Amino acid sequence: MSEQEAQRPGGLSRRRLFGLVGAGTAGVLAAGATGGVIGHATAGDEASGPGPDDAVPFTGRHQAGIVTPAQDRLHFVAFDVTTDRRADLVEMLQAWTAAARRMTAGRDAGPVGAVDGGQYAPPDDTGEAIGLPASGLTLTIGFGPTLFTGADGADRFGLAARRPAPLVELPSFPGDQIDPAISGGDLCIQACANDPQVAVHAVRNLVRLGAGVVSVRWSQLGFGRTSSTSTGQTTPRNLFGFKDGTNNLKAENDQALDRFVWVGDGDDGADWLAGGSYLVTRRIRMLIEPWDTSTLAEQEQTIGRTKGAGAPMGQRAEFDPVDFEKQTDGAPVVPPTSHVFLANPTHSKTAILRRGYSFVDGSDGLGRLDAGLFFIAYQRDPGTGFVQVQRNLRLDAMNEYIRHTSSGVFACPPGLRDRDDWWGRTLFQH
Amino acid sequence: MSLRDRRPLLLITVALAGLTTAACASSDESGGDADTVTVAATDDACDVGATELPAGTHRFEVANTGSKVTEFHVYAEGDRVMAEVENIAPGLSRELLAELPAGDYEAVCKPGMVGDGIRQALTVTGEAAELSEDESLAQAGTDYQRYVQSQTGALLEQTTAFVAAVEAGDIEGAKALFPVARTYWERIEPVAESFGDLDPLIDGREGDQEEGQDFTGFHRIEKALWETGDVSDMGFYADDLLSNVEEIVSRSNEVTLDPLQLANGAKALLDEIATGKITGEEDRYSHTDLWDFAGNLEGSQAAVQALRPYLEENDPELVTEIDERFAATEAELETHRSGDGWLFYDQLDQTDLRGLSDSITALTESVSKVAAVVAGR
Repeated sequence: MSEQEAQRPGGLSRRRLFGLVGAGTAGVLAAGATGGVIGHATAGDEASGPGPDDAVPFTGRHQAGIVTPAQDRLHFVAFDVTTDRRADLVEMLQAWTAAARRMTAGRDAGPVGAVDGGQYAPPDDTGEAIGLPASGLTLTIGFGPTLFTGADGADRFGLAARRPAPLVELPSFPGDQIDPAISGGDLCIQACANDPQVAVHAVRNLVRLGAGVVSVRWSQLGFGRTSSTSTGQTTPRNLFGFKDGTNNLKAENDQALDRFVWVGDGDDGADWLAGGSYLVTRRIRMLIEPWDTSTLAEQEQTIGRTKGAGAPMGQRAEFDPVDFEKQTDGAPVVPPTSHVFLANPTHSKTAILRRGYSFVDGSDGLGRLDAGLFFIAYQRDPGTGFVQVQRNLRLDAMNEYIRHTSSGVFACPPGLRDRDDWWGRTLFQH
Repeated sequence: MSLRDRRPLLLITVALAGLTTAACASSDESGGDADTVTVAATDDACDVGATELPAGTHRFEVANTGSKVTEFHVYAEGDRVMAEVENIAPGLSRELLAELPAGDYEAVCKPGMVGDGIRQALTVTGEAAELSEDESLAQAGTDYQRYVQSQTGALLEQTTAFVAAVEAGDIEGAKALFPVARTYWERIEPVAESFGDLDPLIDGREGDQEEGQDFTGFHRIEKALWETGDVSDMGFYADDLLSNVEEIVSRSNEVTLDPLQLANGAKALLDEIATGKITGEEDRYSHTDLWDFAGNLEGSQAAVQALRPYLEENDPELVTEIDERFAATEAELETHRSGDGWLFYDQLDQTDLRGLSDSITALTESVSKVAAVVAGR
């Protein structure tokens, strides 16, 4: 069916010629990369990486959008499933997969297209991406704990026994101000692209396909990636004005990814989740105004890095090793309450792949920026990943300047193996 | 396909209908010779004097001996309206004529005018007329016109009663009648809105008027009833409302919508719900939005069901999906029932509104596909 759809006129790229060139380029790269993600870009060799307009392969051992070099824009959406019929849910997931396959290739959401249908039918694509390239769009799906077991303990879709033990709501942490209305969800889609209109277009069309089956629970727009996930990317700055993600896990470090990010063959729930990963989201509001009026020294002592170069305190360059032993005037140069000190794998005893975005949701009614970091992390097990890191941040000096306002955890299945595969197959077909 | 393309078909169908009727026991449109089926309606029973009838035109005489206002319908599958009479007050009898081809029907009383009603199977025997696709589409317009006429009759009666209560200064009586009269209005809004000059005068909301235009109609009186509780200066607006409703009723009764207009009207009614009722904008003073919600929903269903025989031939899966989603929306709405009416908008919380919104969104996606099926031939 999807093969046929690809033959239809409406299934062609939105930017016919350019789109095909882009897909071809990405295909060449993918052939040399494990798992269909771009893994061969290296620092100083950026010309060989995908261009910002290119398509990212949709199939592969792992889902795209995890170690894919972080795009510039995010539209994240969490859903409640409103039907109680498993068959309807499966049918929607298959429809979503077909649409995602088309859209990530730079094509319209539906087989007919935005403008190639009859005058009397609503178009099967909403049209705002006409003429736009694939823009590195990735669509990554996750399943929340409530999909398996409802709040009342009900086995909603015969999946209760399939829930891996690590997939449970996150515990509460000191200082949390979590709003349940913008937390959790049965399903989630992370849409990342280099053009915000392409990401929004993708989510909008998936939401539409989900009518009668899912209801949007909450969503979050993000801009300005706050982590690099490849050595080919420069380290971006977050809204505190500091480089963020210098020591992140990178796509090039296969061993670390297997150890900390991908669910392994012997792990709990591996029968359907092996090759997948757990996604944790936290909307972290930054208290921008107090931060902006704190001294440079206070800011640097809080983070544990210099604001200019992003070097660890006591060092000169960004990628210099963090020296926790070094002292000046009898005190550690990297303060033990700084974010870098506490979050570093040396002290957290673990690692996670961060993939967050800045957000500004306007102002808060008191004239203050409603802004911060939409934190996204991928890990092999939330308990030994985010939860362990966050517990270690209990005394983090940065806590004075942030509030966690939303929380989510999702199990992201492995990648799609071929054209007939669909999101959730390994979970639902057994 | 344009509206104009359908006109000749309609004429043919009317002629065919005439032949069918003539062949059937010498009935005619006046119903003078039609046999009479009695319907004894009470608050908890609906005794129809026949369970089997020959194909043709039949006169139903509905006597309401209960204590609630009732209504009587003859439904084909999917609650497609074959005939109905609205607003039968306690102690009254009403007649209606129903032209019934061979088939399985349900005779339905709705005491209190709510819910699914009390239903009795009605089998009509004889030779089933096989309508061609064009005929079945043309028949849809005729069927829907019959529905509109039953609604406009009730609209006029209830608006007259509402206006009388306003003019008598009966605040509580007028408040009770306001959402009931509007129910009939909301059910046929696509027809009413086709008269662009009258719709704003009857149903305009405050602030929607063009410069220099007075704020008139239902909502002007609603504001006085709920905001100030003083209708002493509403006499002019009450008279004006009634005369505009009379005008629109007489015009509506003459309109036959073509199949595409029916399909688009059914979708437009759901959009009305999504944009005006779920937001609480429609009845911003009285908060009786759920009455309007229910009216729009029923009107949309009536328009879709008029097309049902054609849709079943051409896209049975869509019919199933639409049936399910109408049922799901009704079930969602039903959770907000209060007596014979509904909860007020300001009694609903965010979860309630989300449930209603989700069900309307899903239903709209399905109903939006009807036009292409109708146009597809």
